[in-house]
Amino acid sequence: MTSAPAIELKGISKAFGPVQANKDISIRVMPGTIHGIIGENGAGKSTLMSILYGFYKADKGEIFIGGKKTLIPDSQAAIAAGIGMVFQHFKLVENFTVLENIILGAEDGALLRPSLAKARQSLTDLASEYGLDVDPDAIVENLSVGHQQRVEILKALYRQADILILDEPTGVLTPTEADQLFRILNRLREEGKTIILITHKLREIMDTTDTVSVMRRGEMTATVKTSETSPAGLAELMVGRKVLLQVDKVPAKVGATVLEVENLSVIDDKGVERVKGISLDVKAGEILGIAGVAGNGQSELLEVLGGITSGTGIIRVNGQDIDLTGKFSDGRSRRARGIAHVPEDRQREGLIMDYMAWENTAFGYHHDPAYQSGILMNNAAIRADTEAKMQRFDVRPPNPKLTAKNFSGGNQQKIVLAREIERNPDLLLIGQPTRGVDIGAIEFIHKQIVALRDQGKAILLVSVELDEIFVLSDRVAVMFDGKIMGFRDPAQTDEKELGLMMAGIVEEAA
Amino acid sequence: MDFLTMIQVLDSTVRLATPLLLACLAGLFSERAGIFDIGLEGKMLAAAFFSAAIAAMTGSVWLGLLAGIAASLVLSAIHGLASITFRGNQLISGVAINFLAAGMTVLIAQSWFKQGGRTPSLMGGGRFNPIELPFAEALSTVPFLGPIYAELISGHSILVYVAFACVPATWWLLFRTRFGLRLRAVGENPAAVDTAGVSVVGLRFAAVAICGLLCGIAGAYLATGLQAGFVKDMTAGRGFIALAALIFAKWRPWYALSACLLFGFLQAIALRYQNIDLWAFTVPVQVMDALPYILTVVILAGFVGKAIPPRAGGEPYVKER
Amino acid sequence: MEKMPAWADAVLVPLISLLLAAILSALVIIGIGEDPIAAVKLMVQGSLGSTYGWGYTLYYATNFMFTGLAVSVAFHARMFNIGGEGQAMLGGLGVAIVCLYMPWPHWSLALIFATISSAAFGAAWAFLPAYLQAKRGSHIVITTIMFNFIAAALLNYLLVNVMRPAGAMDPATAKFPEATHLPTLHDMLAPFGIAFSKAAPANVSLIVAIIACVAVYFLIWRTKLGYEIRAFGHSESGAKYAGISPVKITVIAMLISGGLAGMMATNNVMGESERLIMNATEGAGFIGIAVALMGRSHPLGVFLAAILFGFLYQGGAELALWTSIPRELIVVIQALVILFTGALDNMVRMPLEKLFLMFRKGDA
Repeated sequence: MTSAPAIELKGISKAFGPVQANKDISIRVMPGTIHGIIGENGAGKSTLMSILYGFYKADKGEIFIGGKKTLIPDSQAAIAAGIGMVFQHFKLVENFTVLENIILGAEDGALLRPSLAKARQSLTDLASEYGLDVDPDAIVENLSVGHQQRVEILKALYRQADILILDEPTGVLTPTEADQLFRILNRLREEGKTIILITHKLREIMDTTDTVSVMRRGEMTATVKTSETSPAGLAELMVGRKVLLQVDKVPAKVGATVLEVENLSVIDDKGVERVKGISLDVKAGEILGIAGVAGNGQSELLEVLGGITSGTGIIRVNGQDIDLTGKFSDGRSRRARGIAHVPEDRQREGLIMDYMAWENTAFGYHHDPAYQSGILMNNAAIRADTEAKMQRFDVRPPNPKLTAKNFSGGNQQKIVLAREIERNPDLLLIGQPTRGVDIGAIEFIHKQIVALRDQGKAILLVSVELDEIFVLSDRVAVMFDGKIMGFRDPAQTDEKELGLMMAGIVEEAA
Repeated sequence: MDFLTMIQVLDSTVRLATPLLLACLAGLFSERAGIFDIGLEGKMLAAAFFSAAIAAMTGSVWLGLLAGIAASLVLSAIHGLASITFRGNQLISGVAINFLAAGMTVLIAQSWFKQGGRTPSLMGGGRFNPIELPFAEALSTVPFLGPIYAELISGHSILVYVAFACVPATWWLLFRTRFGLRLRAVGENPAAVDTAGVSVVGLRFAAVAICGLLCGIAGAYLATGLQAGFVKDMTAGRGFIALAALIFAKWRPWYALSACLLFGFLQAIALRYQNIDLWAFTVPVQVMDALPYILTVVILAGFVGKAIPPRAGGEPYVKER
Repeated sequence: MEKMPAWADAVLVPLISLLLAAILSALVIIGIGEDPIAAVKLMVQGSLGSTYGWGYTLYYATNFMFTGLAVSVAFHARMFNIGGEGQAMLGGLGVAIVCLYMPWPHWSLALIFATISSAAFGAAWAFLPAYLQAKRGSHIVITTIMFNFIAAALLNYLLVNVMRPAGAMDPATAKFPEATHLPTLHDMLAPFGIAFSKAAPANVSLIVAIIACVAVYFLIWRTKLGYEIRAFGHSESGAKYAGISPVKITVIAMLISGGLAGMMATNNVMGESERLIMNATEGAGFIGIAVALMGRSHPLGVFLAAILFGFLYQGGAELALWTSIPRELIVVIQALVILFTGALDNMVRMPLEKLFLMFRKGDA
């Protein structure tokens, strides 16, 4: 090939305070290709792309666009250089119309009316050209996530982007929506656009990209042709060693039913029904995994079980009803009933990031008589207990006085797990147990979960990572649009079937 | 209340509503861009002093107006520095600005004029004088409409007309121009503006500057139009009433006009009557004083149409993680 | 890794902020044609150079301890209680009712009940804003501002129309009975043979304020309630997860905050003026904001900052008496302290953090 690379990065470095997010990264992306960038959470993919888009400033390094050295101090410059970006968290003004969002920052002249008219016309053109249909007058917050993503793509195309960066675009999409997205991306490639796809999902890389670059801990470890690699090879490049995605598990010794849920519904603050009358049960000694695309009601299910939000229906633990709306519908009462909860988002819920490790150890259990005496807290006892827990869960550094935000993601998660598991609960609710956790800690955490199950505890696991669901679960339920699409035995199903169920399609077994 | 008294009360309403309206629109620009401003009071006060001081020294009210605007802009710049550049707490910055103005105006007034923290009374060209609209005299004899035109509409100072003209101007700027679209966007989701290649900092500083400009006019009107000179703490909580009006108006220009006229009317009534007899009740004047605040609390409580502020309001925009 | 050692965060940052405020204040004094060094000498002489000066300094400091603590407790629950002024006004009403309408055999009993009553009135005035914040999401800063004005109107009405003795001209209550007179520092120190100015208003409520500082320390860092308040202040979503009720904590924290602000009235109303007058609070509720910011919401910091502001107030009064510098200089200093320790905190912090990071890298 003789043409210059669409994008070439040379020696990019970026630090956030003491954290080195990108180390001396170089990469070439050829025009008219789909180039994947894969890596674990926190490997520095998003940072690198944000630098390319002028959202962050690199500490060191050079950027070449179409062979020409280009300075990108801000997004304006990136847009001028023909780069468009679809962020993982959309950058849309939610109470504006689609049209207003499209023209924002790309208006023609000081008055809105002509800009809006022009955008309306070109939106029609783009829709027919790429199959990107969106109602131009809809208010963005009323659109589905998939359509909001289309607005983001349209924004880039309206600005005549030749290079499109998509950051984890399928995280919030159903498999069907994801397929539609990839069809659109293919059509864009045929038109000669260059696409950079950031993801941590191996399958997407294998299915759609021409070339793939692998990032690990802020460094670019390899760039290979997709056709010349395999998922296993990529996984090894991602983590730096062979991945053991298997945990040794003896068959489940299932006991009595611990958790019964009947016809449970949850309506959120905005009045949207998130959980739609679901029923399930979890028995002692088993792990029930809830699979599904993020945003299909799993989070709300966990929250209502954990007492964070209220709902309607029946929840029974060990045969006794649990208060869902009244005075005893909070986390404190749930803990008193033997329910432990490792929440999906440890930074927003599971931990107080500004509390020291020992204060976090008491978090949620601060009414425990061992930790307090009526009015006063027994700080010395909590500290001693924390020290012991940190030893057993191998938290590093084992310093109870260190503030939570100063631990790594894996160690933060271990602090939460130690707190919840060592309570010896009858039922453990656990959401996204290994999100943003390094590989070493993942194994440890998986083993702890299985060990708890082998002690005869009931475990309800919610994860958007299908791999994790397969590794840990004894039974799998798939949620879609607030409902359970069905239960499956992980040994008798596969990713394909679960993927369809996650899109709301159930093929009844003959 | 007879017809003439009513006209007089309404006339007084218009004059009292003017500084509220200017300050309210000032706050509207700032808060629509996501910068909360409880320093409207301080900016008005500073502008009131400097406009009166310069007008007293030069004899020119127009120079006074410019000085007032400049003083208000300086405080706006401090607010911008604290809340945009250094991502500080916007509310605390506003509190500081109010105190800064309250202290500095008296300090400088004492240093310059030695009259116990006030400026000399303004006369002649040092004040904004009423403008007689065409035919006001001639038409005043026309029944009903005549007095309305001659007394209520005509005979205000230029700044009153400016303030009222600011309402449609603000509406047009916000909802019909590129600047307005971006300004509203930056108050809702600054990241959207940033990734669209528009400077969040620039937009927010522009909004804060417009806020300073309008507060400057409001303060200048207080000291050189409504009254003839500066006295200590002469804003007397008007900045907060304007803030209340802004919430009352749900951050919309035309609603702001109605809210300010309502609050201005309450002030006019309180000024004219000590106690108001309503059938069997006697409403003490203090109720009139407190009414704007009570009404705002009721609105805030959301029992009468919830007031939802711009979503990014009060939050500094942090891009780096 | 910590960006900066804890001591730098707790001590260095506020000290530098304070220094910046002091330099600017000096420039202001030069700007109005006075000598800042002479002014400082005069302030020190006037506020710390005699027991009379100390008596006033400590009197003001007592006010500021109460309001500073009030703002601090709310800060810990991540609320900005700007309504200390109104709550302190209502506290005055609580004191006046106890002192005027109930017979008291001894000042100590009167003080206990006046303290309870002032706290209850202050807390009651904070309740509605707290409830509206917790239940309806009404921004507490705006509602407490509004409640300050409503309190002023209410007191105006009561003092003019209801509580003013027949025939009296000024809007104020009658003088409190002699039995409610609080011992001043002069009265308290005389038995120990320590001579203290008779004319200075510092009184036994200073002890109440110090007790309040200690009590708030225990509340925030030693009690379960304090643990919950801080957890809620750091993360509302976290609090919900842990079963801590946001509504409960919002309301309780604001009741405590309002109660502390109200208790200020034992000093200014009961201890000093001995009757309820208009504008008795003299802006002390707002100074509490500066005190809390400077004291980093820690009771010890609040105690020290309150004494510093007491010094500034008494010194400022002396300045106004002996020079042509008006008392409003103190308002300017107060504004600068709020600006630098509050709003411009990052201006001081960010370069310092970079500096520490540089040293850290140098070590490695």
